[in-house]
Amino acid sequence: MKIGVFVCHCGSNIAGTVDTAQVAEAARALPGVAFATDTMYACSEPGQEGIIDAVKENELDGVVVASCTPRMHEATFRRTVERAGLNRYMFEMANIREHVSWIGKDMESNTNKAADLVAMAVAKLRENRLLFPKKFDINKRVMIIGGGVAGIQAALDCAEGGLEVVLVEKTTTIGGKMAKLDKTFPTVDCSSCILGPKMVDVAQHPNITLYAAAEVDDVSGYVGNFKVAIRRKQTYVDWNLCTGCGLCMEKCPSKKTPDPFNEFVGTTTAINIPFPQAIPKKASINAETCIMLRKGKCGKCAEVCPTEAIRFDQKEEIAHEEVGAIVAATGYDLFDHSIYTEYGGGRIRDVITSMQYERMLSASGPTGGHVKRPSNGEEPKSVVFIQCVGSRDKSVNRPYCSGFCCMYTAKQTILTKDHIPDSQSYVFYMDIRSPGKNYDEFTRRAMEEYGARYIRGRVAQVYEKGDKLIVRGADTLTGTSIEVEADLVVLAVGAESTRGASALAEKLRISYDTYGFYMESHPKLKPVETNTAGVFLAGCCQGPKDIPSSVGQGSAAASKVLTLFSKDQLESDPQISQVDIKRCIGCGKCISTCPFGAIKEIDFRGQPKAEVIETVCQGCGICTSTCPQGAIQLQHFTDNQILAEVMSLCPPLLEKSFE
Amino acid sequence: MSEARTFGYYPGCSGMGTSMEYERSTRAVCEALGIKLVDLEDWSCCGSTPAHTVDHVLSAALSGRNLSIAESMGLDTIITPCPSCLTNLKTATHRMENPAFKQKVDALLDKPANNTVTVKSVLQVIYEDVGPETIRQQVVRPLSGLAVAPYYGCIMNRPPDVMQFDDPENPIAMDEILSALGADVVPFGLKVECCGASHGIAQKDVVTTLSGRLIELAYAENAMAMVAACPLCQMNLDLRQGQINAANKSRYNMPVFYYTQLIGLALGLPEKQLGFDKLAVNPDKVLRAIQEQSHVAQ
Ligand code: SF4
Ligand code: SF4
Repeated sequence: MKIGVFVCHCGSNIAGTVDTAQVAEAARALPGVAFATDTMYACSEPGQEGIIDAVKENELDGVVVASCTPRMHEATFRRTVERAGLNRYMFEMANIREHVSWIGKDMESNTNKAADLVAMAVAKLRENRLLFPKKFDINKRVMIIGGGVAGIQAALDCAEGGLEVVLVEKTTTIGGKMAKLDKTFPTVDCSSCILGPKMVDVAQHPNITLYAAAEVDDVSGYVGNFKVAIRRKQTYVDWNLCTGCGLCMEKCPSKKTPDPFNEFVGTTTAINIPFPQAIPKKASINAETCIMLRKGKCGKCAEVCPTEAIRFDQKEEIAHEEVGAIVAATGYDLFDHSIYTEYGGGRIRDVITSMQYERMLSASGPTGGHVKRPSNGEEPKSVVFIQCVGSRDKSVNRPYCSGFCCMYTAKQTILTKDHIPDSQSYVFYMDIRSPGKNYDEFTRRAMEEYGARYIRGRVAQVYEKGDKLIVRGADTLTGTSIEVEADLVVLAVGAESTRGASALAEKLRISYDTYGFYMESHPKLKPVETNTAGVFLAGCCQGPKDIPSSVGQGSAAASKVLTLFSKDQLESDPQISQVDIKRCIGCGKCISTCPFGAIKEIDFRGQPKAEVIETVCQGCGICTSTCPQGAIQLQHFTDNQILAEVMSLCPPLLEKSFE
Repeated sequence: MSEARTFGYYPGCSGMGTSMEYERSTRAVCEALGIKLVDLEDWSCCGSTPAHTVDHVLSAALSGRNLSIAESMGLDTIITPCPSCLTNLKTATHRMENPAFKQKVDALLDKPANNTVTVKSVLQVIYEDVGPETIRQQVVRPLSGLAVAPYYGCIMNRPPDVMQFDDPENPIAMDEILSALGADVVPFGLKVECCGASHGIAQKDVVTTLSGRLIELAYAENAMAMVAACPLCQMNLDLRQGQINAANKSRYNMPVFYYTQLIGLALGLPEKQLGFDKLAVNPDKVLRAIQEQSHVAQ
């Protein structure tokens, strides 16, 4: 076999601390290497052409590139060798950037280590076999998980693009957090007026199937062919019959039901439709407060319902859907501010969250758009906003910036002045972060036109004094401490990953960061992809975002799905396990160990044997290390290939111990 | 009554002088609640505030000596009524977890301490080991009609990772105990504010401002009395109330009890043991108010 080795400088990224010429020199001496050189940027056009020319001139059978991580460019170079006429699996990559030059400064050790890594890659390549992908059909349906504004946008764009869309929403209506907002920044336009029509579009679009009050239970399969089980929760109302007339709500005697849509400011009835613009506009019963479900008597709703839609005996159901791609748009949750005991949230009634304030400002909210102190119902004249509650604070494990709180606080000061002209707002802030279009102008307007007083510094304490609140904090611009007497304190709570995010990530086999936000495939260049083919991200599940960014990412995810579906067939990855039927003793160890259920037992001439289901195997290799016979081998990472790598590093030791 | 729990007892220097009523009522209440106190033999001053501001090693050695005494007496837990002693004992234990630091401390001691002793405040033991519910059952004279502002002081719960007791910003142990005694606990937002501490000696205006603010809030919340858990806080609020009034042109007349005095009162212990006569602001009127209330109740 004739192998060519290309050692990349990556500018000074590698060449700064690795003697690339010497690595190429060392490679030349390796068995099988017919050509070795160093090159400025292997991934650039001249770099790739150089590889192609060398393959042709030297009649090479395989290529090793020593450069950056395979995550970055393995696909690039596989295409390069293919263009040179080789099988794309006759290519190996040695990572001498992330594994060498970026982590060490010593030129000599770095150069030695790089040479070792190249030797391993060459040894493995000598064991490589030609592999050929198979083609398979794509199911051109897409599932969107989460019906907030990002999910809605993704669903509409996919549906407009002609795809069949399955939209799964865990609450009883789509709309997400945006539906709860009174106004949006920086335009101060009515949130539900701009979101409402989109929600209606979702309901009316012939290509969209909406599952509300439903959660993803299980996901199996692979890009192009996912199978999803959807758990439809009980609503105790037959939604095929319910017309959303609301008669049941009028008659329900259980009126003290906590109202999540209104952030628990005010209450609702046990049977309810979350808000007038809800989609689907269907009633559902809260089992915890329904008198019938708890005590077995009442049934007022069933008496008045004109379509006889009430089903007290309704059970959960599992629905099955098959799709070719999935978009996760599961959004965020609000930080639990009660951790900051010094702010008194949850204990002092007139300390509320920004979202509760938002509901109070909303004309369709629990107070009919009147701002009231929860303690006595009076209009507050002095309102203090505390920013960064659960953002940029290591002590509560939320070191990140939630991104939108500066802006919604500015908006709320403006709305406060609109609602109560003789009021005064104070904002305690750390920095004002308003980088979007027209954003900085907006916060300035809050200060200059609406007279909100901005005080830079954290609040140390909020306490009651008579029927007032005293807010004590620092003014770090004047270097003094400051006390403000307030009627209402609004905590600008930050964003955190939604509860259950990590469990869903595990079902989707995508990664998440320490805070539970889903990880994009590349932070710069693949912001909506995940490392699992066919699964995309939109909105705050990937990190806190404002509405424009969420909508933008929803559209981006949709366009990725449409691009994926522009082909009729996809190529399957041949890097999967294969059973050598002669060696297999049918012990079934691999079957029980495979996390993806990709191995089944077959009968071969009366003997039990294992067989890999090609489309399900993820190529993780767990079975190969389990098999006592060495009968199951992961293609492209066989025992022989891995041993060859190890041998190239420490030949004498291994030779002794194996003979 | 469940069986007696035994603890090493570290009264602290102020217990011998400025806060005798705290010391006495603590002993009486502990006995009544089944907490057995074993006095540390030949204990010495913990160094109070001055020692640790000068030298952490010397300060830790002062506490280390007391901890070592407890160990040789076979005690596994020391309790103290004074938050300042508590801080010094706990901080010393915490710092001595660092071997290099401990070595320096050991060099100063006849017999090194081995970090086997747990340190708690009397309040923590009454709250956690006895508990408000048990106390409620033992109340014979409920403090009904007594509106109190519980004041914890700034160091009993802080820093949280050293003190490991209750909430550092909004502690509730005293609140719950006082409620169990039948008192009305007013919302007191400055529970863990500093009273000015020992600035009373060097810079009196610090204390008159800070302690003045505390009493003012207690008044604003309609408290009839404040309840303290620290000899220094109590002194600043009670003994210096006249100075505070002079400096702030106020006319406060707010009795400042130790929580142990009120527990003792509600448990029906003889008032002689509780030292109400040692308080600077005369509590008689307030005490009479409770008496009348409980007569009405009976
Ligand atoms: S049965 Fe339940 S939901 Fe229906 S009216 Fe009665 S309480 Fe309301
Ligand atoms: S573990 Fe190996 S031998 Fe056992 S069934 Fe699987 S492939 Fe066959």
